Amino acid sequence: MFDSLSDKLGSVLDGLRRRGALKESDVDQAMRDVRLALLEADVALPVVRDFIAQVKERAVGQEVLKSVTPGQMVVKIVHDGLVEMLGGAAPSEDGTPPAPEGLNLLGEPPVAFLMVGLQGSGKTTSTAKIARRLQQRDKKKVLMASLDVYRPAAQEQLKILGEQAEVSTLPIVAGQQPVDIAKRAMQAGRFGGYDVVMLDTAGRLHVDEGLMAEVAAVKTATNPSEVMLVADAMTGQDAVNVADSFNKRVGLTGIMLTRVDGDARGGAALSMRAVTQCPIKLLGVGEKLDELEEFHADRIAGRILGM
Amino acid sequence: FTKRKLDAAAVEELEDLLVMADLGPATAAKLAAAISKERFDKEVDPDEIRGALADEVAAILEPVAKPLTTDSGAKPHVVLVAGVNGSGKTTTIGKFAKHLQAEGKTVMLAAGDTFRAAAIEQLKVWGDRTGATVVAKEQGADAAGLAFDAIERARREGVDVLLIDTAGRLHNKSGLMEELKKIVRVIRKMDETAPHDVLLVLDATTGQNAIAQVETFKEMVNVTGLVVTKLDGTAKGGVLVALAERFALPVHAIGVGEQADDLRPFAARDFARGLMGLED
Ligand SMILES: Nc1nc2c(ncn2[C@@H]2O[C@H](COP(=O)(O)OP(=O)(O)OP(=O)(O)O)[C@@H](O)[C@H]2O)c(=O)[nH]1
Ligand SMILES: Nc1nc2c(ncn2[C@@H]2O[C@H](COP(=O)(O)OP(=O)(O)OP(=O)(O)O)[C@@H](O)[C@H]2O)c(=O)[nH]1
Ligand SMILES: [K+]
Ligand SMILES: [Mg+2]
Ligand SMILES: [Mg+2]
Repeated sequence: MFDSLSDKLGSVLDGLRRRGALKESDVDQAMRDVRLALLEADVALPVVRDFIAQVKERAVGQEVLKSVTPGQMVVKIVHDGLVEMLGGAAPSEDGTPPAPEGLNLLGEPPVAFLMVGLQGSGKTTSTAKIARRLQQRDKKKVLMASLDVYRPAAQEQLKILGEQAEVSTLPIVAGQQPVDIAKRAMQAGRFGGYDVVMLDTAGRLHVDEGLMAEVAAVKTATNPSEVMLVADAMTGQDAVNVADSFNKRVGLTGIMLTRVDGDARGGAALSMRAVTQCPIKLLGVGEKLDELEEFHADRIAGRILGM
Repeated sequence: FTKRKLDAAAVEELEDLLVMADLGPATAAKLAAAISKERFDKEVDPDEIRGALADEVAAILEPVAKPLTTDSGAKPHVVLVAGVNGSGKTTTIGKFAKHLQAEGKTVMLAAGDTFRAAAIEQLKVWGDRTGATVVAKEQGADAAGLAFDAIERARREGVDVLLIDTAGRLHNKSGLMEELKKIVRVIRKMDETAPHDVLLVLDATTGQNAIAQVETFKEMVNVTGLVVTKLDGTAKGGVLVALAERFALPVHAIGVGEQADDLRPFAARDFARGLMGLED
């Protein structure tokens, strides 16, 4: 697809004069193809519009070098623009990509991580994945607690994942409500000498006023150093509404994109990043607990373009 | 209301509305072009033109709006439920169990997700909630074997409908798709008319990837119908329009919440008007 976008832009632009600068009219047709590619990749329309405006401005007036064709040049401008919008800084002089943004562990231990998102997005699995990595790789002592008192067997699910990952979970107390569970988890974290307390929450719709107020109260009670939106890489146009609402209501510090092992083009990543300005910190790339990867803007950019 | 000329800008606005409802750029462009061909340069009232577009979409969806019928005559009528991870399969099974029982049918549930942590416990809670019997083995057991046992038991107990849950799987994972095919093979060995329905559960939040999901699941396990969940949020699920045009699979029901009663028939007109941001 990246190749086919290249081909398309090539056939649109490469017939132009090999010298001189790109004119607005030259670039317009190319931008229609870019727009289409981004929409097919599920980038949200308002984000596509902004992006196209930026890229167009950059492309117009560019001197077409003898060595590159205009099509290739525009593809590069589009690609670099995507990388930048996804939060990737320019690679360093020697070409190595910048280090991805890490998790924030600063603060008096135990620090809380709050995991939020829509139903079924992958919060519980991702909670266990992050806990496992913090414990195994970063040698942190981690406690996990499920605040999901709604979904059938949700607390049981986290307990089993804790056993698989060899990470402690807060004992389940039947009937206890989310804010109280969160407080109990922080207390257990303090008494037990834990570094991190991971709080897995129930899936909720961003428009569910009652449940959004609940998660805001959990945040107030635990003062988390990370509030992570867990979102499905297959999400469509609604990604902007979801990310924007969660961000406004609970103040996100990062995004974890799940099901990146699928074949979705993942335009939602761009939408969510653009609307929240929050870094995408981690990727879920499978159901198993070690299937967790760092985010690299250039890879996702290539994927959105279908590379 | 103020009338406005349907000029290029107005047509583009309509197209944008469709894109933002997840119809995808190609379908959105096609529908917007059709409406503009009919009324270009005419004075139209904005609500009326949206209504006309909604009618157009409803006409595409009408033929696929078909409730699930479980009267194949087979006992049990076997319904296999599949889909990508987290789409709402297990919850949808719980909802169907309640719905079918209200129709006077006896229902049995098979905990065919033997992989995910607490998937079996989750289905058991749905069994408790609805009073349906749940057939389960331990986590890690062979899912096809579980399906075999469940059909045998459903036969013995004279159950009307057997709903088989499966583990979530991404359509691009060939190993997992082979496992699903194996479940179907084992079911077919016991009753060559079964599974009588293979439901693919789609999450309305999903964008254009739903097309690839349907394509692959249909090819691999002969999906007979769709259920779209999570329509209680702000996602419109417009990819269904492209799906209806391309695959013409029945849409049996929609999910509008997490409770047993939150299952609705798929109503083409309401859905189409929802896509266009029109109430009622
Ligand atoms: N393929 C794949 N599956 C994933 C990934 N992350 C989670 N899953 C699966 O997605 C499904 C839902 O995951 P959960 O962790 O239960 O999601 P959740 O957000 O906690 O769900 P609720 O608590 O019901 O809102 C499960 O089948 C997981 O195994 C991923 O990165 N890739
Ligand atoms: N808001 C809303 N949530 C739903 C709906 N259907 C299911 N859910 C929720 O979505 C989450 C995932 O549902 P499940 O039924 O566990 O999904 P699944 O496809 O069985 O998931 P896996 O077995 O892990 O692949 C749960 O939190 C459900 O309560 C719906 O129609 N609306
Ligand atoms: K989802
Ligand atoms: Mg969960
Ligand atoms: Mg399930």
